Amino acid sequence: MKILVGVKRVVDFNVRIQVKPDGSGVATDGVKMSMNPFDEIAVEEALRIKEAGNAEEVIVATIGPKACQEQLRTALAMGADRAIHVLTDEEIQPLTGARILKALADKESPKIVMLGKQAIDDDNNQTAQMLGALSHWPQATFASKVKIDGDTATVTREVDAGLETLSVDLPAVISADLRLNEPRYVKLPDIMKAKRKPLEVIEIADLGVEVAPAVKVLKTVAPAKREAGIKVESVTELVTALKEKGLI
Amino acid sequence: MERESMEFDVVIVGAGPAGLSAACKLMQLAEQREQELMVCVIEKGSEVGAHILSGAVLEPTAINELFPNWKELGAPLNTQVKGDDVYYLTGEQRGVRTPNFLIPKPMHNDGNYIVSMGNVCRWLAEQAEGMGVEIFPGFAASDILYNEDGSVKGVLTGDMGIAEDGSEKDSYMPGMELLAKQTVFAEGCRGHLGKQLMERFDLNKDADPQHYGLGIKEVWTIDPKKHQEGLVVHTAGWPLDNHTEGGGFLYHMENNQVSLGFIVALNYTNPHLSPFDEMQRWKSNPKISQFLEGGERVSYGARAVNKGGMQSVPKLSFPGGLLVGCDAGFLNGAKIKGNHTAMKTGMLAAETIIESLKVGEVANKELGLMDEKYKASWVFDELHKTRNFGPALHKFGTLLGGTFAWFDQNICGGNLPFTWRNTTPDHATLKPLTQSHVINYPKPDGKVTFDKLSSVFLSSTNHEEDQPCHLKLADAGIPLSQNLPLYDEPAQRYCPAGVYEVVKDEEGNDKFQINGQNCVHCKTCDIKDPAQNITWVTPEGGGGPNYGNM
Repeated sequence: MKILVGVKRVVDFNVRIQVKPDGSGVATDGVKMSMNPFDEIAVEEALRIKEAGNAEEVIVATIGPKACQEQLRTALAMGADRAIHVLTDEEIQPLTGARILKALADKESPKIVMLGKQAIDDDNNQTAQMLGALSHWPQATFASKVKIDGDTATVTREVDAGLETLSVDLPAVISADLRLNEPRYVKLPDIMKAKRKPLEVIEIADLGVEVAPAVKVLKTVAPAKREAGIKVESVTELVTALKEKGLI
Repeated sequence: MERESMEFDVVIVGAGPAGLSAACKLMQLAEQREQELMVCVIEKGSEVGAHILSGAVLEPTAINELFPNWKELGAPLNTQVKGDDVYYLTGEQRGVRTPNFLIPKPMHNDGNYIVSMGNVCRWLAEQAEGMGVEIFPGFAASDILYNEDGSVKGVLTGDMGIAEDGSEKDSYMPGMELLAKQTVFAEGCRGHLGKQLMERFDLNKDADPQHYGLGIKEVWTIDPKKHQEGLVVHTAGWPLDNHTEGGGFLYHMENNQVSLGFIVALNYTNPHLSPFDEMQRWKSNPKISQFLEGGERVSYGARAVNKGGMQSVPKLSFPGGLLVGCDAGFLNGAKIKGNHTAMKTGMLAAETIIESLKVGEVANKELGLMDEKYKASWVFDELHKTRNFGPALHKFGTLLGGTFAWFDQNICGGNLPFTWRNTTPDHATLKPLTQSHVINYPKPDGKVTFDKLSSVFLSSTNHEEDQPCHLKLADAGIPLSQNLPLYDEPAQRYCPAGVYEVVKDEEGNDKFQINGQNCVHCKTCDIKDPAQNITWVTPEGGGGPNYGNM
């Protein structure tokens, strides 16, 4: 059984996001980029499934410019067997991403496509669901526990009301939530080995997928700065202040 | 405990200008000699450049030697210095421009470039990787490994996944032994391994104590109308008094950004002094604030620099390894530059190793050739010429010392027949509270000046939460029993990241609190603590600031 894991290159979670002065997007020049943390959890889970003897191969894939290969190498250093890089300089929106992942799934026939529940750059939380719909596969999103048993997966999901457990037939799409696992540290020798693992580059045009964005971003603005607060001495003063502001 | 190990010909600790230049030069020389060479660089920052903080005006001497075709190779040296203004600030609102002919020659910047050293290092790393160097960011060299004969065998990378209480977490991964014939230490100023090596091999035997400064830097995006790409501004004087050394800089980089900062010499005497607050109020002088008003601060960081110059350079070679760059201390205080000398000494280390390989075995040997090469290089020449600059400022204060520096440099060419020395280490200069005046710093305005915590936020600093504190106290009682009554615990003020606090516990007693997660790895506490009670050790790899284009 093969597992295909999608990973995305995003601005590192430690970096303070800055909006470009012209409002056309978020500044990424000279900014530290990393693998989307939820995708890292997805890679880790795929590796654990393989290490438990329930899969033979873990394939990682990404879509984006040349620099994305850094993130593929990280996933290979973690232990993935090979990587696929769908090369494009265009902006990729969730629907396009899902279409491309479907094309890759058609090609590779994995039993599980494992994704992060969302990417921390656009926070869309759509690709896994769209991929499930496009492939007519069952989907188990926000996974906090995954158990494989033959051709079925038992997935515990984090939902608003608590935890929900689903049993899905494979092939299926599973998206990883924060508590699914804690990704491993990469070892130095594995970083060196990762450089020699196979990494296939596919031109986006060769997949025959429609890439035109469906959503147009009009403007990006930073959140309004918080105004300095005031300290009040008593409840009466607080009520007066709130009334003055027309809040009560 | 049995640890995994990997063997290399050369292991380099630190992916800064010195370490990466050493790596590049090693590969170039090995290629010329058609020799296989395994070189690895480890870096505690989460990526190359993440812990690099420098002005920076780069003198291109070393890069011209290392990559004569750096322009074609796309090195990020894009902004040539076009103007060179020096102000002597006389007060909060005032300052006078120093005429060009009165400025000591080493401070002239014709032919130099305004750069982000972080980006230069990223570029150097690409070149090195292209030549086959293995670079491992996110791995800290936590300890030195020794052979039985006492020579350096390599370094140990830090354990990952240790909890605050010292226990192993699920993600625990033991550190690895990186073994090398020669280990090059390029950790930067006050490297924690370099410090151990100096002690173990008595490398400072013939040198004066090192002297330091703390540089605090910000990057701003400013109003394009106020931006003058290529303009370099330096200031002396206010807000420091005549007996506290230091000064400010403001460089107009590309993309409507300015890089600005303030350096305070760490031999200051008043325990009430706060380098952070000096830097903030310095910005409110109109010579500086004129550029910043209406702009936005995008980045903040701090780093200690060594400025002892020639008199403080230790012996560079010891069995099994070499010290390069600011780990030894080649910053030219008169030029306020150390990147070119750091790069050059990295290159000298590479030459030393390759030339020694030619004549025999280098494994675990002491390569005294390094010290000879340094003494014969232009690095030594320029440090020799400017050797009295720092001591003059220290002896006579900024004005008179500056006058001497002008006479020494512009009239005598640095050839006066004497060498001044400064043998008091920086941690021993504080005067007790009773002999010091309180400094009242103005409240930040939130526009040009800011508080410490909002500043540290802009350094994108992060440390894994659940890990042992990486700031070790030899005696946990000293902060409250000695430092507090004598100096009002100066760590509260010299730390530019708010790591140290004296707070009240539930019973209202004083408590010394260390917020290690805020640490920007500047090393000031390790240098300035009057009791020399704080030791900076490496936190889990990848922790610390995440500087973009600092």
